[in-house]
Amino acid sequence: MHDLLVTWLGVIVVAAPTVQVLILGGCALAGLALPERVIGRLVQTCMFTGLGASLGMLALMLTFGTRMEILSLGNWVDIPEYHFMLRFEFDRLSIPFALLTFALCGTVGAFANRYMHREPGYARFFCVYALFVFGMIIATLAGSIETLFAGWEMVGLSSALLVAFFHERPSPARNGLRVWSVYRVSDAALLLASIALHHVVGSGDFGHILENRSWPDGHAASAITPQLAFLVGLLLLLSAMGKSALVPFSGWLPRAMEGPTPSSAVFYGALSVHLGAFLLLRFSPLLDVSPGLAITTTVIGVATTVLASLAGRVQTDIKSALSFASMAQVGLIVAEIGLGLRYFALVHILGHACYRTLQFLRAPTLLHDYSLIENAMGQRVRNSQGSFDASRVRPGLSRWLYRFSLERGYLDALLTDYIVRPMLGLFRTCERWERQWTALLSGRRIESPRPDLPTGPEDFR
Amino acid sequence: MNQTAILWLEIAILLPLVGGLLLTQLSDAFYARRWAIVISGLSFLGTIFAWGFGEQAALSESSFSIGRLVAGRLLVTVDSLNAPLLPAVAMLQFLTALTTLRTKIRRFSFGWALVGESLALLTLAARDEWLVIAAASLATIPPFLELRQRGRPTGAYAAHMLAFVVMLVWGWAVVQAEGGGRVHTLWAVVPLLGAILIRTGIAPWHCWMTDLFENATFGTALLFATPITGACLAARLVIPVAPDWVLRGMGLLSLMTAVYASGLALVQGEARRFYCYLFLSHSAMVLVGLEMKTAIGLSGALCVWLSVIVSLGGLGLTLRAVEARQGRIVLGDHLGLYDHMRPLAACFMVTGLGTVGFPGTLGFVGTELLVDGAVTMYPYIGVALVVAAAMNGIAVVRAYFLLFAGPPCRSTVSLAPGPRERIMVVAVMALVILPGLLPGTTTASRYRAAIDLMQRSAREQGMPLPLIEAPGHPGHPAADTHPAH
Repeated sequence: MHDLLVTWLGVIVVAAPTVQVLILGGCALAGLALPERVIGRLVQTCMFTGLGASLGMLALMLTFGTRMEILSLGNWVDIPEYHFMLRFEFDRLSIPFALLTFALCGTVGAFANRYMHREPGYARFFCVYALFVFGMIIATLAGSIETLFAGWEMVGLSSALLVAFFHERPSPARNGLRVWSVYRVSDAALLLASIALHHVVGSGDFGHILENRSWPDGHAASAITPQLAFLVGLLLLLSAMGKSALVPFSGWLPRAMEGPTPSSAVFYGALSVHLGAFLLLRFSPLLDVSPGLAITTTVIGVATTVLASLAGRVQTDIKSALSFASMAQVGLIVAEIGLGLRYFALVHILGHACYRTLQFLRAPTLLHDYSLIENAMGQRVRNSQGSFDASRVRPGLSRWLYRFSLERGYLDALLTDYIVRPMLGLFRTCERWERQWTALLSGRRIESPRPDLPTGPEDFR
Repeated sequence: MNQTAILWLEIAILLPLVGGLLLTQLSDAFYARRWAIVISGLSFLGTIFAWGFGEQAALSESSFSIGRLVAGRLLVTVDSLNAPLLPAVAMLQFLTALTTLRTKIRRFSFGWALVGESLALLTLAARDEWLVIAAASLATIPPFLELRQRGRPTGAYAAHMLAFVVMLVWGWAVVQAEGGGRVHTLWAVVPLLGAILIRTGIAPWHCWMTDLFENATFGTALLFATPITGACLAARLVIPVAPDWVLRGMGLLSLMTAVYASGLALVQGEARRFYCYLFLSHSAMVLVGLEMKTAIGLSGALCVWLSVIVSLGGLGLTLRAVEARQGRIVLGDHLGLYDHMRPLAACFMVTGLGTVGFPGTLGFVGTELLVDGAVTMYPYIGVALVVAAAMNGIAVVRAYFLLFAGPPCRSTVSLAPGPRERIMVVAVMALVILPGLLPGTTTASRYRAAIDLMQRSAREQGMPLPLIEAPGHPGHPAADTHPAH
């Protein structure tokens, strides 16, 4: 009875977002336009179903006192030497994340249903949103690093597409590309970590990597030496840094605010931005093996918090200010993980995600809210919170700090000037040489570069 | 039913050859297009039947065959390696003919395209190595004729293709002279290797490919390049005879090309060149996998090969459809085409993601296997493959945004895709997504082909056959041991 219930509830949890993405994605690709009401109902049904099944699973685990339930749907790919198992884990880490995903995505879905009403891109928004929910559920419930990687990539793609949602303007498209570029670096790091673990442990299953213990009691497999844990952990940390906008990749988060408010809320306030922290929590036994890794994680978390706190104080629009506030909290969460405070970090994620979603969703009506409060109070609301008190520091330092905060620690400029621009410059030089070589072989005159072709990293700004 | 597989394959090869030669004499382009669609459609069906009626049909001595009537022996075969590749190549030809718009039909030679299809199929299916070499050599002629006919420079293309043919013939002649059952000398292997590197477009011998994409019609360049005939030649001619260190050298060059071409794809300002470099990067990846000689790496390479034909072919057809409306596409500023051609935008994104191995698409498992194999083989520099895949992903999304995002393009006529292009869009997207969602069959089939290739290589070099666990694989007893890497 217990096994049957686990199987059924697990299948429903995974099937709800799958059905949603198949219907919305299939209709979008086939060019079928579903009415707004149908899309709204479908999203509502899938989110409620998934949430109900997740709650059921939690109740079941509490009733039977189990700390981990496994749902195995067989092998997706099965050839000798390589298996890709569809295996999902329900434990103390994945269940809260699944509940959070369904609850917040359901709320934001209901909000977006009205917010995006009669927008030309309504169906497109919900199609990408469905891909995001699916990716989140796959990544959080994944029982192997390969499955986690698949969900991770889907979350990345949906984020980039939603940042570029208002694609009639070039700026969202450029920012979407920037976000996607950072995510690809993050994906590459996760893929390498996955392959490294596969080779060392012989399998990508968390059961083997973490010695079949439920979170957070897992131990790294005996094959994972401290040096290896440090190297693999650095790759995982790099991956988390890209996904959670930790330094030095923090520049993409304010750019991501170009997307519609509901997507900003669910992606950068609540779920996507915490996925890096989730990854570190999932592999937290590696931090126990390697103190160097734990220290690095803590330092990066603290640095992110300091930078985001400073940058957040000089922002002039509400969404940017909220994005830096999110970043500061995520930095703290990562530092907590580095310090070994895992339950604390988990509770921090849950609380922060809910609170920040509320703030993001209220952001468009902030002036209206202020007006209501001031009318009720009969006086102006005094707002000193978050302002930069320049009188406490020396004038020169104050000016420097202001500039530093305004430029977000110059990290974006550093990445562009020292990595992106030289790399693109190198490839452009190769391109020029190639054209000359081909012209020589063909007996043509060497052409001068066309004036309408890009000469700098404009689209990577 | 297996008895007819060879016959179907021969029909699929002969029909476009004869039809194509006849169509070159036609002056009415509309008439030629209609016939080209019919012939390539029938050829596609022929390859489907050949695949469906059994990969082991060639082993049956009683099977009826045109080759046996003419030459007294079977000339072509359907085996585990070429079985799914044949319909993929034929489908690409069919969809190219189907989606050639009225604005382009006078420039695109349907007759020569059909001849090229026939030769590409023959290269993949021929049993005899000299027939493979003849088909691959003759296939270089139609693009040359088109370049000359259009008054475009032929120097780079002709020089490379001449070198390719000479080295191929020279290398194989020496292999034949040295006899089988041994590791061949450098006099045999180096020319063969050179020919493969040129034909696959491995740097620094790849400039002819960019030249071809710039100067030939997009359709011709697409059909000539996308089947990755060079990989077929490598699998048939080089891998079985070359010593390990030569293969490693080829792998390293290919690995560097994969990264280099992905970097160049990232900075391209012209859509055709972007596509060409994306293709070069992926064909180099296929070659990296082919030289690995491990079951996983080879399976990954064969999966990526199939994915490149379908996904990258689909991406090329989409770009061609956009180009038919906009002229040569400059990737300098945002063109804002989304509202005019949503199905094409969706197809571009799906095929682009399929090409770079996004989860849920045809290329995902192949890329995973390939990277896994590369990192096993080259623990440190194998990472380059991951870098190449990441840069290709960025290049695809960059091109998508430059084409379809931005202030909506103004047009006095409808730029929406027509019914034929919609068929192409649906077919390509289905072929990228459905096998991606259910990759088990495709991966198992590619794994079997990889094992066959490894065993053939061992036989040719007179080495002991590797014992490989391959349940359900005829001719290979299941064993619990894994091959030595």
